Amino acid sequence: MPEQPGKNAIEVRGVRKVFGAGDAAVAALDTVSVSIRENEFFTLLGPSGCGKTTLLRLIAGFDYPSAGEILLYGDDIALLPPFKRPVNTVFQSYALFPHMTVSQNIGFGLEMLGKPKAEVKARVAEMLKLVRMEHLASRRTSQISGGQQQRVALARALAPQPKVLLLDEPLSALDYKLRKEMQIELKRLQNQTGITFIFVTHDQEEALTMSDRIAVMSSGKILQVGSPWDIYDKPADRFVADFIGETNFLTASIAGIENGKARATLKSGATITASVADGFQPKGEATVVVRPEHAKLVKGKAELSGTVENVVYFGTDTHIHVRLDGSDDLFIVRQQNARSAGCGFETGDKAGIAIGDDAAQVLRD
Amino acid sequence: MAKSFSIRHQPGFTTIAAVCFVALYMPIIVLVVYAFNEAPSTSEWGGFSLKWFQSASQNAQVIDATLRSFQIAAIAATLATIAATMAALATTRTPPYPGLTFKYAMINQPLMVPEIVTGVALLIFFSRIKIFTGYSGLGYLIAAHTAFCIPFAYLPIRARLENMDLSLERAAADLYATPWQAFRRVTLPLLWPGILAGLMLAFVISLDDVVITEFVKSGGQDTLPTYMLGQIRRGITPEINAISTAFLLLSVVIVTLFFFVSRKRD
Ligand SMILES: Nc1ncnc2c1ncn2[C@@H]1O[C@H](COP(=O)(O)OP(=O)(O)O)[C@@H](O)[C@H]1O
Ligand SMILES: [Mg+2]
Repeated sequence: MPEQPGKNAIEVRGVRKVFGAGDAAVAALDTVSVSIRENEFFTLLGPSGCGKTTLLRLIAGFDYPSAGEILLYGDDIALLPPFKRPVNTVFQSYALFPHMTVSQNIGFGLEMLGKPKAEVKARVAEMLKLVRMEHLASRRTSQISGGQQQRVALARALAPQPKVLLLDEPLSALDYKLRKEMQIELKRLQNQTGITFIFVTHDQEEALTMSDRIAVMSSGKILQVGSPWDIYDKPADRFVADFIGETNFLTASIAGIENGKARATLKSGATITASVADGFQPKGEATVVVRPEHAKLVKGKAELSGTVENVVYFGTDTHIHVRLDGSDDLFIVRQQNARSAGCGFETGDKAGIAIGDDAAQVLRD
Repeated sequence: MAKSFSIRHQPGFTTIAAVCFVALYMPIIVLVVYAFNEAPSTSEWGGFSLKWFQSASQNAQVIDATLRSFQIAAIAATLATIAATMAALATTRTPPYPGLTFKYAMINQPLMVPEIVTGVALLIFFSRIKIFTGYSGLGYLIAAHTAFCIPFAYLPIRARLENMDLSLERAAADLYATPWQAFRRVTLPLLWPGILAGLMLAFVISLDDVVITEFVKSGGQDTLPTYMLGQIRRGITPEINAISTAFLLLSVVIVTLFFFVSRKRD
């Protein structure tokens, strides 16, 4: 579906990046195309080595594509050096200048742009306030904590008011609690500044909680782009379904596609309704996915049946592992916990698995 | 509890160490002690006196050679440090490429080629130039000293650069600094201790050189070490000891400074 021109902050068109030459050549990016809209919080999500950093470096200008175009509001910037791009980066290692104070770090970009002293000073003060670091303005960056360094790195990159802010796994060095705090902080900063954020992470939970849209990457390719809800509930293929959250994979024969819904006949003989992606025409056998929380464990007969093999308590919910009858497949059901009540099943129990009308999705692979 | 292995507990270790220390330091201690000898002898003690220091400091030839040594060392060390800084940037701030090792070897050539060979080669080379140009000033000595000082300046600068995160320069470029601004505002201030260390090391090396200087110098261009060498040929007086002692003190001071500067972190 073509995007509206002019509304895209960044358009990546057919970009390839090959490292090495001859037999040793590796395509870190294999013909990637994606559009990032103005003012959105866009996340590149994928396992380590899938090419996220490479794509970000091409947008920042630290490296140049082997083929393809990168448009910033319609202008091809693919070959501009980094200091000529109105795009700033928050580095994974923060890369704060150790010989400068917090204020000097934040003012650096504006100073390089040749802004008058008074304007730099005012903007630095504004940024310090934005990231709540006023009290540490004249500290050396080696004399502040990791979380504070993170805020300075953010303020420094935001100060010149870039058209796009690039963040390469900026939270990965922080401990769990601080990371949660910074996730909220980042969302707040994005809302407050209205700057387009391109955020890189390998943490699917982080991607789901923070993003307006997510691009899932694997082996140098973008597999799916969509809202967190799209990505989670309507994964396009096996990799996406598997990488994001927990999923049950079932084999089914597909028939009668209508209005994006199909009848999927499972191996157990039961037929369920499953969603099909736009324009996808599965033929015969296909894989159907059901999220553990979209299925329900029941005492009587249901679409699937099996034997409870394991009950795992998680505090907010309980995961029940069921070995399906007539196959060796494991099916996981997740149930919300109630206070002072067990989940009602024990290891060895026979149980049915009810799959609702809107619970299943047919995969493309 | 089993004793952990320590080389200090090996038989003979203490003896060998003692012999080495005596061999290293005894001659120097004797030299320093006799610099304060009242008698004009470097073997018979005649009481304490500072007269050799006084006579050395009033000797016009000593003063002349000392000034020349400092002049050459200052100019050569500065030029060598500039060249070494550029070489270090070029060999660490580019992605590795074939031929890089060869360039390291080229830069460090003076560490590998025997000084006497360089000395003879420069003697022949410069004598040709002297004939063609008629110039016979200090330029030859300065050029030679600059060349052999480069690797000594290069090593600490390169070490410093290799410990410096490339992402700092990248961050500067990301924040709209042109390559020159990034160098001025980020690389250079962080590299400064390395440059200073390189400069001091080059200065000491130049100050101390005998072999190449002996071959390259024209008449009346003695440096302090070549002057001392010339004097020793005519028999030693405690004045040489006094000069050596002063020289030693200077070197110790500079090298100590070098260690402090090069160990300094950001
Ligand atoms: N400078 C480089 N030279 C050679 N290969 C590289 C270089 N940078 C990245 N790669 C390769 O490209 C692939 C993608 O790397 P990267 O973009 O860093 O992945 P991610 O950020 O998703 O972990 C990896 O296989 C990596 O080894
Ligand atoms: Mg990465």
